[in-house]
Amino acid sequence: MREKKTLTVDVAIVGGGIIGTAVARELSKYQVNVLVVEKEAEVGWGTTKANSGIVHAGFHEEPGTLKAKYCFPGNQMYPKLCEELDVCFKQNGILMVARTDEEWEIVQKYYQRGKDRGVPVELLNPEQALALEPALNPEIKGALHAPNGGAVMPFELAAALMENALQNGAQLLTDAPVVAAGLEGDKKILETEGYRIEAKVVINAAGLFADDLARMFGDDYFSIKPRKGEEYLFDLDTKDLVTRTIFPVPTKVSKGILVIPTAEGNLMIGPTGDNIDDKEDLKTTRYGFSRILEGARSLVPGINPRKIIAQFAGVRAASDRGDFIVELSPNIPGLIHLAGMESPGLTAAPAIAVDAVKLVEEAGLKLVPKEDFEPRRKPMVRFRSLSHEERERLIQENPLYGRIICRCESVTEGEIVDAIHRGARTLDGIKFRARAGAGRCQGGFCQPLVMAIIARELGIPLEEVTKRGRGSEPVLYHAKELLTGGDAQ
Amino acid sequence: MNKSIICTVCPMSCNVTLELDDNGEIISVSGNRCPRGKTYSIKEHTAPERTLTTTVRAVGGVHPLLPVRTDKPIPKGLLLQAMKETAKITVKAPVKMGDVIVENFLNTGANLVASRDL
Amino acid sequence: MKQLSVDVAVIGGGPAGLAAALSARAEGAAKVMIIERNHELGGILQQCIHHGFGLHRFKAELTGPEYAQRFINEVGNTDIETLLETMVLEITPDRKIYAVNSEHGMMEISAKAIVLAMGCRERTRGALQIPGTRPAGVFSAGTAQRYANIEGYTPGKRAVILGSGDIGLIMARRFTLEGAKVEAVVEILPYAAGLTRNVVQCLQDFGIPLYLKSTVIDIHGKDRVEAVTIAEVDDNWNPIPGTERVIECDTLLLSVGLIPENELSVHAGVKLDPVTNGAYVNEHLMTTVPGIFACGNVLHVHDLVDNVSKEAERAGMYAGRFAMGTLSQPEKWVKVVPGENVRYVVPHEISLTEPVEFFLRVQRPAEDVVVDVAGLRTIKERSVRPSEMLNIKLTPEQLQNFTGDTFVIAVKERKEAEIQ
Repeated sequence: MREKKTLTVDVAIVGGGIIGTAVARELSKYQVNVLVVEKEAEVGWGTTKANSGIVHAGFHEEPGTLKAKYCFPGNQMYPKLCEELDVCFKQNGILMVARTDEEWEIVQKYYQRGKDRGVPVELLNPEQALALEPALNPEIKGALHAPNGGAVMPFELAAALMENALQNGAQLLTDAPVVAAGLEGDKKILETEGYRIEAKVVINAAGLFADDLARMFGDDYFSIKPRKGEEYLFDLDTKDLVTRTIFPVPTKVSKGILVIPTAEGNLMIGPTGDNIDDKEDLKTTRYGFSRILEGARSLVPGINPRKIIAQFAGVRAASDRGDFIVELSPNIPGLIHLAGMESPGLTAAPAIAVDAVKLVEEAGLKLVPKEDFEPRRKPMVRFRSLSHEERERLIQENPLYGRIICRCESVTEGEIVDAIHRGARTLDGIKFRARAGAGRCQGGFCQPLVMAIIARELGIPLEEVTKRGRGSEPVLYHAKELLTGGDAQ
Repeated sequence: MNKSIICTVCPMSCNVTLELDDNGEIISVSGNRCPRGKTYSIKEHTAPERTLTTTVRAVGGVHPLLPVRTDKPIPKGLLLQAMKETAKITVKAPVKMGDVIVENFLNTGANLVASRDL
Repeated sequence: MKQLSVDVAVIGGGPAGLAAALSARAEGAAKVMIIERNHELGGILQQCIHHGFGLHRFKAELTGPEYAQRFINEVGNTDIETLLETMVLEITPDRKIYAVNSEHGMMEISAKAIVLAMGCRERTRGALQIPGTRPAGVFSAGTAQRYANIEGYTPGKRAVILGSGDIGLIMARRFTLEGAKVEAVVEILPYAAGLTRNVVQCLQDFGIPLYLKSTVIDIHGKDRVEAVTIAEVDDNWNPIPGTERVIECDTLLLSVGLIPENELSVHAGVKLDPVTNGAYVNEHLMTTVPGIFACGNVLHVHDLVDNVSKEAERAGMYAGRFAMGTLSQPEKWVKVVPGENVRYVVPHEISLTEPVEFFLRVQRPAEDVVVDVAGLRTIKERSVRPSEMLNIKLTPEQLQNFTGDTFVIAVKERKEAEIQ
């Protein structure tokens, strides 16, 4: 049996999604030893990367819930957080639109709810709403406008949070699903394939698998109810259709099918909200698409499905409480559950992270602030957003910025190499961090070039470059291999 | 018995029927709308040929592969064996378009030649 | 920022760009420059290692690289400048080109005339919304071809190919010859989309089944493709329940259409024809922006590279004249309109004073038809198909007999035409 390496840490965070990385960054402000244990090849690849990316305004959530407690405060933290981490945050505003008179009654209730909570909301009549968004359905009865709503790229934020946490001394294990867990006296033990981790405090931020992890420790008092959503992305040339995220009135299960201008500019429509059994069901479907198209067009009739360039699905890690779980385990000392982070989990994450630190203290760890905490990560280079003069200066410093690899998004070799140095090791990692392959040709042109750069930078043969971790290598054989050796016909 | 062949000489794509005897010899040809169809179908049945285009491994050039072709069609039945043979070849750059890589490839009378400069 | 000035700038060094540059130079434009993003000229031809190119132009069946090499050699014998590994980022309506490469950084190139020759990109899985998971192993056929023929990799060993256009058929053969197994080619139309010769030499030769009126309705596999589900479709392209079958494979190739790459053109103000997705051009192959010309696949998707070269030569010639200030400015332009069973015609406007060559495609396959060129010429065709472009030349002598406001080209059933 292979010898496992033992790692001893103060706090082990299981799960490197938006919650896990936000908590890691928060904890890295203190003199504690923090380790994030992530099962995928890169952080943010569970539910986080499929998230709609909306930073909610805070008027949706039912009073008295944890969702309400954390959403608006989280929203308020976004501008500063994203500025420090150099993450694109667009505070473009949100409109909740009433298509019928009944819906208009409901919209007004949300307006009141937001107002009571201190959210800067206003009600608009149809003329005012259409003046803001001319592409809206002209039959609407009115809208709620929340200018503090915004959009962010969720995987970019998770990656940036992790980068900053690492900068400040945190550690990260990827490709490391937890296979066993338990207690040894005061110590919490986590086992992965290659490591045995001993921690004083374990934070369960395992998303879809938070109930499985809890059960490994002997905690079995909540369960995760997976709920799938599909999203459909449009060509960048439709980006001026709407400026704000357009919401309908919510349904019983979700905030509804939305029209979303993402932080990068692509229009996106979705998500559906279907209760499923299989936590790993990530299929997009015909039926999902037709419902989404119908829903989106009822808000913005000009949605043109011929402009769709990509689609994906994600699974929300909803809890059986219908609310967040942010608490110390009542049974296992030193185990903290941060689970059930369905919407508005992304928005709430920075606020939840602050409270998670308080829970760590309650669990018995003394937290002394670091004097030298550096809140800013190294600024990103985004060639596509630079002026010609700025580009020229950049290339003078480093010629790799003069070679465009992804033509659709104008991404340079310099940015791809930078993404690899910041932690990307896969094609999807490059796509999420540097945008290469995210454009209208979906990597048709640049994939072979990106593969070659990854292979070169990581010192591995091209056939070992993966799309998103072991098992997802795009090219399997050398030319002629199937004729001379491999599995010939 | 009858054998059906689609003629590929021109876009008409006539469906040509060959009537064959028990030895596979052609008794009659019908369905072609021009004489080229008859010639093509007879050849396709008696001695079908194909031009082989593929790649061979290369070292010292800008690419790891050199595209090659036979300069004449070769018997269709030899294609799979031809592929196994070409898989064994590695050429050294520089190569010029038209250079003979293998003379009298598989004894067909056709040469395997380079398709480009490398 | 480096600043350059040229007479004719050609964007793209594939077959269209090469022919246009040679023609512009031959016309007399002194400074002609090709801007190419790849490290070598030849464009997509370098990965099209199969033969069949140049039958009309060179009376030979050349491979793609052979066809390209001839033009590359010719360019090498002139003083045409070439910028390789250079990406054009922007073209302005006043014909300034912003391009970038590692060696020179950002460049501003002022051109008296520009020829757009950027070619096409392939339609993606995302654009078709093929349901299922998103594993590794799904490729557009052209990307797989690049791996196979340039990079030196065989993506998988068991493939299904969606789309029976020529690229899909060619890749079916290529994969098989490299030792992989092609389980099926799946086509949504009731007939193969590519040349019959390719159906014979790429599918029949290897016993690869072709499923018509079918499409892929599900992709399976978490990290790598494990199988696809195909089903037959009705006349509205909706899957017919009960016809589903699962085919195990590790690779799915998509040959589902080419889209002219006109993002740069649109930002320069060039108006596009929504049917071709290429520029709206007059008989000079000039777009709606003065001095910007278009040719090859970026103008409309061709099937014969010989036609690309012909079209590009005209574009280069007219671009050269524009740069030298000698391009004729006709008083009147007549709109060319696709008539019955014609999907599109290029060019979109003619002056009736110059010889013109029309390229057109029919909407539906038909047999025994007559092509009616605005009443000036009628051409009998035994068989027409959307996948085989027609080209028709007219001389000024023929054109001067035209009367009317719009120049309609129609394809009618012969019986119907004769009754009239």
